[in-house]
Amino acid sequence: MTTTTRFKGATGEWEVVIGLEVHAQISTNAKLFSGAATAFGAEPNTQVSLVDAAMPGMLPVPNRECIRQAVRTGMAIEAQINKYSRFDRKNYFYADLPQGYQISQLYHPIVGEGRLEISPDEKDPSDTKIIGIERIHVEQDAGKLMHDQHPTMSYVDLNRSGVALMEIVSKPDMSSPEEAGAYLRKLRSILRYVGSCDGNMEEGSMRADVNVSVRKPGEPLGTRTETKNVNSVRFVMVAITSEAFRQIELIESGGKVVQETRLFDPATNRTRTMRSKEDAHDYRYFPDPDLLPLELDDAFLAECRDSLPELPDAKRARYLAAGISAYNADVLTAEVESALWFDTLLETGAKPAAAANWVSSELFGALNRLGKSFEDCPVTPAQAGELLGLVADGTISGTIAKAVFEKMLESGDAAGVIVERDGLKQTSDTGAIEAEIAKILTANADKVEQYKGGKEALFGFFVGQTMKAMQGKANPQVVNELLKKALG
Amino acid sequence: MTELTNLKVAEIRDGHRAGDFSAVEVAEAFSANVAAAKALNAFIVETPEHALAAAKAADADRAAGTLKPLSGVPIGMKDLFCTDGVQTTAASHMLEGFVPRYESTVSAKLWDAGCGMLGKLNLDQFAMGSSNETSYFGNVISPWKRKDGGNAALAPGGSSGGSSSAIAARLCPAATGTDTGGSIRQPAAFTGISGIKPTYGRCSRWGIVAFASSLDQAGPMARDVKDCAIMLETMAGFDPKDATSLNMAVPNWEAALSSDLKGKKVGIPKEYRLEGIDLDIDAMWDVGIAMLKDAGAEVVEISLPHTKYALPAYYIIAPAEASSNLARYDGVRYGLRDLPDGAGLQDMYAATRADGFGPEVKRRIMIGTYVLSAGFYDAYYTQAQKVRTLIARDFEAAFGACDVILTPTAPSAAFGLGEKMADPLAMYLNDVFAVPASLAGLPAMSVPAALNREGLPLGLQIIGKAFDEQGVLNAGLAIEERAGFTARAEKWW
Amino acid sequence: MAIDQATVRKIASLARIAISDAEAAAMEGELNGILGWVEQLGEVDVTGVEPMTAVIPNQLRLRDDVIDADPLTGGNRRDDVLANAPAAMHGFFGVPKVIE
Repeated sequence: MTTTTRFKGATGEWEVVIGLEVHAQISTNAKLFSGAATAFGAEPNTQVSLVDAAMPGMLPVPNRECIRQAVRTGMAIEAQINKYSRFDRKNYFYADLPQGYQISQLYHPIVGEGRLEISPDEKDPSDTKIIGIERIHVEQDAGKLMHDQHPTMSYVDLNRSGVALMEIVSKPDMSSPEEAGAYLRKLRSILRYVGSCDGNMEEGSMRADVNVSVRKPGEPLGTRTETKNVNSVRFVMVAITSEAFRQIELIESGGKVVQETRLFDPATNRTRTMRSKEDAHDYRYFPDPDLLPLELDDAFLAECRDSLPELPDAKRARYLAAGISAYNADVLTAEVESALWFDTLLETGAKPAAAANWVSSELFGALNRLGKSFEDCPVTPAQAGELLGLVADGTISGTIAKAVFEKMLESGDAAGVIVERDGLKQTSDTGAIEAEIAKILTANADKVEQYKGGKEALFGFFVGQTMKAMQGKANPQVVNELLKKALG
Repeated sequence: MTELTNLKVAEIRDGHRAGDFSAVEVAEAFSANVAAAKALNAFIVETPEHALAAAKAADADRAAGTLKPLSGVPIGMKDLFCTDGVQTTAASHMLEGFVPRYESTVSAKLWDAGCGMLGKLNLDQFAMGSSNETSYFGNVISPWKRKDGGNAALAPGGSSGGSSSAIAARLCPAATGTDTGGSIRQPAAFTGISGIKPTYGRCSRWGIVAFASSLDQAGPMARDVKDCAIMLETMAGFDPKDATSLNMAVPNWEAALSSDLKGKKVGIPKEYRLEGIDLDIDAMWDVGIAMLKDAGAEVVEISLPHTKYALPAYYIIAPAEASSNLARYDGVRYGLRDLPDGAGLQDMYAATRADGFGPEVKRRIMIGTYVLSAGFYDAYYTQAQKVRTLIARDFEAAFGACDVILTPTAPSAAFGLGEKMADPLAMYLNDVFAVPASLAGLPAMSVPAALNREGLPLGLQIIGKAFDEQGVLNAGLAIEERAGFTARAEKWW
Repeated sequence: MAIDQATVRKIASLARIAISDAEAAAMEGELNGILGWVEQLGEVDVTGVEPMTAVIPNQLRLRDDVIDADPLTGGNRRDDVLANAPAAMHGFFGVPKVIE
């Protein structure tokens, strides 16, 4: 169990209590209640239907895929799936809300309680904590306001209006910015595995409302504030820290925390009161009379379950069981693209531990250098499998493999072709190797003396010299054996 | 030849098909009547060019042998249906000048069937009212007058008052209406015409300016039962754009019309015998019972015990839904914008909505906002929806013992304009007989049955089981045949 | 429970309808009349009764995830969407400046 981070104030230590409401855009072609597209970056108001603009007489009809993805997400966090749910209207007036209400789910959400296991300490993956998830409900996104285009007017773009969101509400189970960061990373990873959200925080596909309160250890919960729409893991962590210190300083100087909605300003790393939300709200939720209750049948649920991929925790366990190191297992499973790429590599017959080492060092390094990702990876798992196969069966050494990989990246040729063409096959011809060893021992008689005198570390020097003389093509194991014999 | 504007929908359809007259002649005759009837104020917008274009197409289709089901029939369109390129106002200042770029499903079906549009009919603002006195574009006047020597202007009923007045005055042979809590049936009863509200979900709500989503239903108004059946067949049908639309085939109601009620049971709910009600109403009801017996039906007394709570439940549920449905009228995307000097966004909303909504609309938004607000939601809204469940159960139980239910449509004949405007509650009570069927989503129609002592029409209401529009229409036809209601308002406009 | 003028003004503010003092005074009586009348619903014993959800037995249908499958409910019709706007500006709806 991760220990609670204490914040130091003037009057001693404080605990921070954190809950996150994550709004995740559901990956679909069309909007939740209309056929308009959801793609990011379109011209203003082009992806707006008459329904999204709330023209008179327009009606919502739900998109099956949105429901399906919310259910699959719920299953991925081991949550209760509610076969009966309803859509409610949340009534308030704002320029980005054309209907004058948001269709959401208050009383009967589609997904009930679930859980998420996090490891806040990246250096110690075994240090885990369970974060409870209160619910997931499906709702409409609002439009976008632009304030800097005109001196006295704001501009309204409704392209996002009506895009489907999952609101994933955690319990107030997090007690440090690190835990909140780990929760967001893990949640993002699961959403991407499931395929229900692309997790793209820059494009606003995932935003978090951050609930923060502070208390002295052992005291009851303090008054919380909600900081809206924080759009990166780092900002969430910074916002928590900044908000926790603000509350601590406020309380310690005799003030009181007001329950309110705040905004995070990335320029100052501080939160501030959101002026437009100052009014006391009374959302007058009631069941949307345009929509009947949503009832899911067993066949629908079975399809949702059957279509779930292997999730990160299960995958990680499988990798560990296959002899892959904990570090490599974490690195490989963190993103769905690398995990899927790696699984395909394993299917070529590559040995798990060696393949994992190669991917996490060689391939990750190459991708970093080339500014590429697993989605546009310049080598296929089959090509990599061939390369690793050549190492495994002793055709080339690990050192030569690095050079072959570089050539694969440059030319796109297959590993076998490169090895053949450039004559890179390693040799186990003991005669040739022995001849070189003899030359080296003669040329370095002094070192041979030292070695025999007990300086055994010099063995590596002789190996290196021999390999160099063999242009890297000697089988290292054979070199070892012959050297040991020659040095007696 | 009879005057073309005296013809009913079936007569126009069949006569046009037979070549007795051209559709253009029909359209021009009705458009002339519309143009000459400004005193009734039944139309907000007149569209003779639309009717004429459809008529020309109908005549061409006849020549080409490609007639459509309603080719040559011009109709009136309640101005609650969005019509592509034609101003749609819901009789409000808020939507004055609003020209939709889309066509409601129901109106599109009518145009596809060959109908032409004579104009957009006046109504109570946002369909909220029972007398057509809440329209921003002025009161609609009923063509009827009391035979009392006076000259009082009478209400055509509401909210489909433009529709009822126009049909009764022969400005159109049929029109669309919408019924949330009686808005088709009560105006039909007030003006001596027929109208049916089908089962909730039969007609798509897509493109109809919403009042109360769980109650709103479109339906036809016409001069007789057969015309209602013909119109409803065209207006009804599954629409994937409306999540509450019924995915059922539309029966051929016209073909199956039969006034032979042998083997049918008619329920008479004892709770609809209101104390102190107009004697003419009770007498007409008794006559109606006798007519249905004469048609072969067995009459049974039934009980709908929660009847007295229907109206109060309705006046919680409908305003609650309306308060939310009308939140979109905010001056941002369409309609009125009132932007006082230096006003911010929220001030703009408040000013726009204060200016754009009439007093009755504001009253209902206020009631709806209050009953949904924190701390009151359960006491009002949840309680009302529970009572609504009980009302629906009452009907379910009653239909175990009968096939249709017969009641008066309204507790009185048409009243004078202004007589009830000062007292909202008195106005609401007009829909006391109409509202229970609305809350239960059941098909119900009004047919003219008699004239009262003042010479004003009275209507009888038939309520049917869910999906049994045929049973309702057949009972309506049995009354129509026996009542022989041919009275019409004397032309004064 | 009777409502006073302050409550009337609060409701009007929630509903975003500007009202004058005179209107608030008039509405106080009207709303109390209506609310007093609807409160008779409290007499009804609703023990074990579920609130109405679907008036006619019907299932919520879900649609396929297809863009612009029906042009009437699809996008790519900015001109139609903006056609009636009181202040359409450069493809946007203009509103008085909002401070967030």
